[in-house]
Amino acid sequence: MSLADIIAAAHGAFDVAWNNEMPNFDFKDNSVVVIIGSGAGGGTLAHELTRRGIKVVLLEAGKRQSLDTFSQVPGEAFGQLTWLDTRTQSGDWGVTRDFPTLPVWHCKTVGGTTVHWTASCPRLQPWELRAKSTYGNIAGTSLIDWPIPYEELEKYYATAERRLGVTRRNGMPGLPASNNFKVMYAGAKRVGYKQVHTGHLAINSKSYDGRGFCIQQGFCVQGCKMGAKWSTLYTEISDAEMTGNLDLRIESTATRIDHGPDGRVNAVIYRDGRAQEQRQKARIVCVAGNAIETARLLLLSDSSKYPRGLANSSDQIGRNYCHQITGFVWGIFDKPVYSWRGATLAGVIEDEAINDPRRGFVGGYRIELVTLDLPTLPLVGIPYGWGRDFASIMENYRNLAGMFINGEDLPRSENRITLNSKVKDTFGLPVPNVHVDEHANDRALRKHAQKQMSAIYEAVGAKRIILGPTPPATHNTCTARMSADPRDGVTNAWGQTHDIGNLFISDGSVLSTPGSANPTLTIVALVLRQAEYIAQQMKAGTV
Amino acid sequence: MDHDRREFLKTTTGVLTGVVLAGSPLALIAPGRAWAVDMKAFTSAGGSVLMAVARTIAPHDKLDDAAYAMVIQAVDVDSAKDENLRKMMKDGIARLGADFAKAQESERVIALKKIESSGFFQAMRLKTLQVLYATPMAYAYFGYEGEAFSKGGYMLRGFNDLRWLPEVPPEDSGPIPM
Repeated sequence: MSLADIIAAAHGAFDVAWNNEMPNFDFKDNSVVVIIGSGAGGGTLAHELTRRGIKVVLLEAGKRQSLDTFSQVPGEAFGQLTWLDTRTQSGDWGVTRDFPTLPVWHCKTVGGTTVHWTASCPRLQPWELRAKSTYGNIAGTSLIDWPIPYEELEKYYATAERRLGVTRRNGMPGLPASNNFKVMYAGAKRVGYKQVHTGHLAINSKSYDGRGFCIQQGFCVQGCKMGAKWSTLYTEISDAEMTGNLDLRIESTATRIDHGPDGRVNAVIYRDGRAQEQRQKARIVCVAGNAIETARLLLLSDSSKYPRGLANSSDQIGRNYCHQITGFVWGIFDKPVYSWRGATLAGVIEDEAINDPRRGFVGGYRIELVTLDLPTLPLVGIPYGWGRDFASIMENYRNLAGMFINGEDLPRSENRITLNSKVKDTFGLPVPNVHVDEHANDRALRKHAQKQMSAIYEAVGAKRIILGPTPPATHNTCTARMSADPRDGVTNAWGQTHDIGNLFISDGSVLSTPGSANPTLTIVALVLRQAEYIAQQMKAGTV
Repeated sequence: MDHDRREFLKTTTGVLTGVVLAGSPLALIAPGRAWAVDMKAFTSAGGSVLMAVARTIAPHDKLDDAAYAMVIQAVDVDSAKDENLRKMMKDGIARLGADFAKAQESERVIALKKIESSGFFQAMRLKTLQVLYATPMAYAYFGYEGEAFSKGGYMLRGFNDLRWLPEVPPEDSGPIPM
């Protein structure tokens, strides 16, 4: 079979639905739900509401790309997809030193960060939803338990996994082992790990849901030109468009949420693609702008009634910012690996995703497969350096194998998103500042992970181990967290803010604690549950 | 027109030239053997100093000068547009001196270590990393095969061709489609 035939077979059935008859709801239509952000949370919520007959205006700050327009030039793709508006940062985490202008790495494009994600879909475990009860009182943290029992979340995980076509669930086969995974697997087995496989990924190992299968391009982060990787861009959002109930407005940046004298939110102010200010009335507003922008927007929406910002009577907006402990570990071998060939994150070791304080820290971590393309490796993957030693790492690019830490970080009240009034964006609004001071537990977890990961590569003959830096955070969570007690957080168990009944948070901001699972599957599960709740409440007339 | 602008237009045009090494990866992808890069912000001597800086930051002995010249070209384009950057780069070149380009590597390393915290060095380091490894010459040199969609991915082009370790058992791997 020729390569052209493979593409045709894998790709041919798939066509991006693009409904040009999309409705244009009136700015004064106060019956619509306005969703801000079109990523895993906002994009999925838009589909879930519109398919129930609810009219939705979906505001997305970025442009719309497609399988055809995704650039496969790494630097160009980064510029095409990334949220590059100015952010500042402070605190002692390594990102402040190594990536001073880019504390976080998420997307500004239709589909949000589901366009560049690597599609890892583990579930949180029951004890991770009881972080405070499990870990106890740890000084310098603001731990809480989730207001949702695991059994409740589990039902929605099952639905989400079917929706996303997650591998090793519901009969979807695992992805085949790549070269990079073979190195990780052999090392992990020699070290004694048991739970090692090609992962639970929202990447089609066979054609599914009208989308093609993975052909091992290794360009997950640049946008999957096969559409084999789930992204709201060409699943949830195009499905929502087909209902006739979606009004997607691209290049539309929300700058403020307004409220009436009764305290309920009633409109969203945004700048359109020509930087003109627009005002869309709303019955309900759902914020899903990623944990940084979600917190920022709520803080920007202060008023005489809500002087600390919307839904912030608890003063918890922006606090407890979590990002998970991440970092690269590379092994250099004396034979080729060609790690760039194949799905970027198709491999995991789950044995350390446990809580065992005898390791010297609470919470767990996953060891995930990873690699970086040649242009990105020296910029993101390896420690600051230059000269012969730095060059010798690059000289071994063919023989490099890579793994990634994905561990739980502990929430801290002072790790927070604030408005930096000294630096303004193009609309004259204060930019967000990201402050992170690491907890001793965070450092102990990372050190343990780096030691174990080094042992894995040494067990299969690594000539050299390289411990990479902490990259800009992509798992941004907890800045508007769910809490049983309104004093501890921002929303109830459905993402409905404690303070304002028709204001919802619909992204990773609502996670009560991050756990050690990559967050997207949990975000989708929570939004599926939230959509049911919103529809019920609308029907009952209570929102 | 201010003095600096006049001087810029009058004197600061240079050129970097080179010849592609026979048998280098670039020889397979470059159309001709000789190359030249015109500069707007730097003299030929200044460009040679910057070339030596880039080679000291990322020393890959068998990687063609043409790849490093693309770094200098990018620095030149930025510097021609930005007066502050241009001044910083020219000051950096002056501080290193014309002999830097011909100095031994060990001497170049010592000279750069002294100015490692300077804006000049950090700008050169970042630009070298950003541009050098994104060149077609670097792709060929490091064996990186890049974009794969147009070639059917790596599914039938070696994504699992590693043979120096055992195969992963089927339960922990998965079937290759088709």
